[in-house]
Amino acid sequence: MSEIGKLLDVQQVTVEFHIGDLMGGSRLVAVNDVSFSLEKERPEIFTLAGESGSGKTTLSRLLLNDLQPTRGKVFFEGRDLSTIHKRSEFKEFMKKVQPVFQNPFETFSPLRKVDAYLFDTALNFGMAPNRRAAVEIVDEALQAVGLSLEEVSNRYPHEISGGQTQRVSVARALISHPRLILADEPVSMVDASLRMEIVNLFRELREKQNVSIIYITHDLATAYYISDRIGIMLRGYIVESGPVDDILDRPFHPYTKLLIESVPEPAPKERESWAKHISLGTTEVKEYGRVGCKFAGRCPQVMDICRQVDPPDVQIERRTVKCYLYTEHTGQASPEK
Amino acid sequence: MALLSVKNLCAYYQVEVYGIHRTVRAVDGVSFELYPNEIYGVAGESSCGKTTLIKVISGNIKPPLKVNSGSIEYQFGSYVVDVLSVSKEEMRRNVRWKQISYVMQGSMSVLNPVRKIIKTFEDIVDTHEPITNKKKFLEEVIAHVNRLGLPTEILNSYPHQLSGGMRQRVAIALATVFQPKLILADEPTTALDVVVQRGVLQMLKDIQAMNSNTMLLVTHDMAVHANVANRVMIMYAGRIAEEAPTEIIFNAPVHPYTQHLIHSLPMIGERSNKLSLRGIPPNLANPPNGCRFHERCPYVMDICRTEVPEIVTVQDQHRVACHLVKESSL
Repeated sequence: MSEIGKLLDVQQVTVEFHIGDLMGGSRLVAVNDVSFSLEKERPEIFTLAGESGSGKTTLSRLLLNDLQPTRGKVFFEGRDLSTIHKRSEFKEFMKKVQPVFQNPFETFSPLRKVDAYLFDTALNFGMAPNRRAAVEIVDEALQAVGLSLEEVSNRYPHEISGGQTQRVSVARALISHPRLILADEPVSMVDASLRMEIVNLFRELREKQNVSIIYITHDLATAYYISDRIGIMLRGYIVESGPVDDILDRPFHPYTKLLIESVPEPAPKERESWAKHISLGTTEVKEYGRVGCKFAGRCPQVMDICRQVDPPDVQIERRTVKCYLYTEHTGQASPEK
Repeated sequence: MALLSVKNLCAYYQVEVYGIHRTVRAVDGVSFELYPNEIYGVAGESSCGKTTLIKVISGNIKPPLKVNSGSIEYQFGSYVVDVLSVSKEEMRRNVRWKQISYVMQGSMSVLNPVRKIIKTFEDIVDTHEPITNKKKFLEEVIAHVNRLGLPTEILNSYPHQLSGGMRQRVAIALATVFQPKLILADEPTTALDVVVQRGVLQMLKDIQAMNSNTMLLVTHDMAVHANVANRVMIMYAGRIAEEAPTEIIFNAPVHPYTQHLIHSLPMIGERSNKLSLRGIPPNLANPPNGCRFHERCPYVMDICRTEVPEIVTVQDQHRVACHLVKESSL
């Protein structure tokens, strides 16, 4: 069961994919024993950060109920997502959880006017009985993202800028008055001069519209700028999570340290330390199949035990870190679950 | 002595369909020089003409792209090449790959998926220097790959067996097999993760240091320029906005566009409010009169709307195209 007062509660979910044919092949654990939750009363921006192939997108598909976990459960407002079968129930769920996708140029068909998507969403979710009644709802959503219906009506996607298109797709997500927005790399395709426009918009939504946001990204700098909490993902695990200041200012896990160090500082004075050589993983599949800690092959502080058994989650102050280096802090090396 | 000098280059995409002319001024009046042994960064938003500039200086000029005016001249020691007049065959045999090579953005689409990496090396080398002794060729390739810090096994792999970062490094190894004088790198790390990006850029820097050649690094990511480039050019809508050594670009930018670019960069450990520019980048098929930045510029003056600002040298190696600079220096 999920605790009362949780908006979203992810409980030890695991997703396995099967690679190869029916006879042979191997299992790929894309999401491994991941747990986190968002409070109902306090809207927040939770960032999931990690490299490509770390399971970020698979996790977001779970949260959108597009994929069922192999093990574990996801609760939204106390409802187990695997018990949603009826179409009407699914629609209710979709009204409350809305996605924003990566590439604003691919989200919209180039042959369709962008406002058509907004009206479709309003009508599909029964927010308005007809198109005329939907005008107000659509305009309200566009106002929330700093646009107006006047600006986008009768426009094709190529007639407005990338930043504006991405704002329209956020507006589309807002039409059904969601409680949670899942934004999967929303700024990675947007130009630098327009990027902050979108990022600032998410901040504003949390404050003014009371929407919680799960921000999926590999860009730690914008994550630091907008989020309240962060989870660092590596090969399906959340290796470190907690308040964003704690984690990014004082990282504990060696992988988090490497990740933060690798973000190029936009200041030329840091170039010496950034040029320090690092070792890279050669192939992704190798790391997925690794026994024990997935980072053991690249970790500068690797110990024997790291290569044998999965590290436990260690709670230190407000953060959780999955690493043997910190097990003595709590005096126990066994996983608590 | 400059390795490459580009003077007043104008390259337009010209299309004529059913009698309707459309000219996209992708590169409009660009002049700059590249010197031996440096990393020169080119920064700008998408569709500001970065890739067109690379295409033109690598001699890859095909309709609808046309060079309307200007000159591009290379000086490889005593070997002088005028890109706009040299024959295609000469360019293919002796210039491309041997003197200038090109690292492209998507390494996955560069490598032939049905050929092993070693075969791709063979194809490229054979085009320029026919292979007579296969054993010697193999030894040289292995030495080259190892020198760049890549394992020998990759030569016997197919592209899909390698990770994205490894493929990109293979593409770089391919591009540097003849130790060219100039490496053109067009967004070499854009599709990669931060950790892998760091590895790939380190490799490019190492190669540059090892061979003391020149690298032209095009990327929109200012943080990469801060850590890699010696000099940086900021392009806006087909023109140079500012060019200066990296330290000056980041610490004392003069052009309002550069200032905005630098100040809007989010950083870990700092959370002050970052603003974005109003407006959108101009359409190059119908660019605004005067300074192309004037519609978005916070310091716009009357002169900006009518007159194109000349690029002026404000101090050694620091050039800016902005009316504000002229006002203050006069």
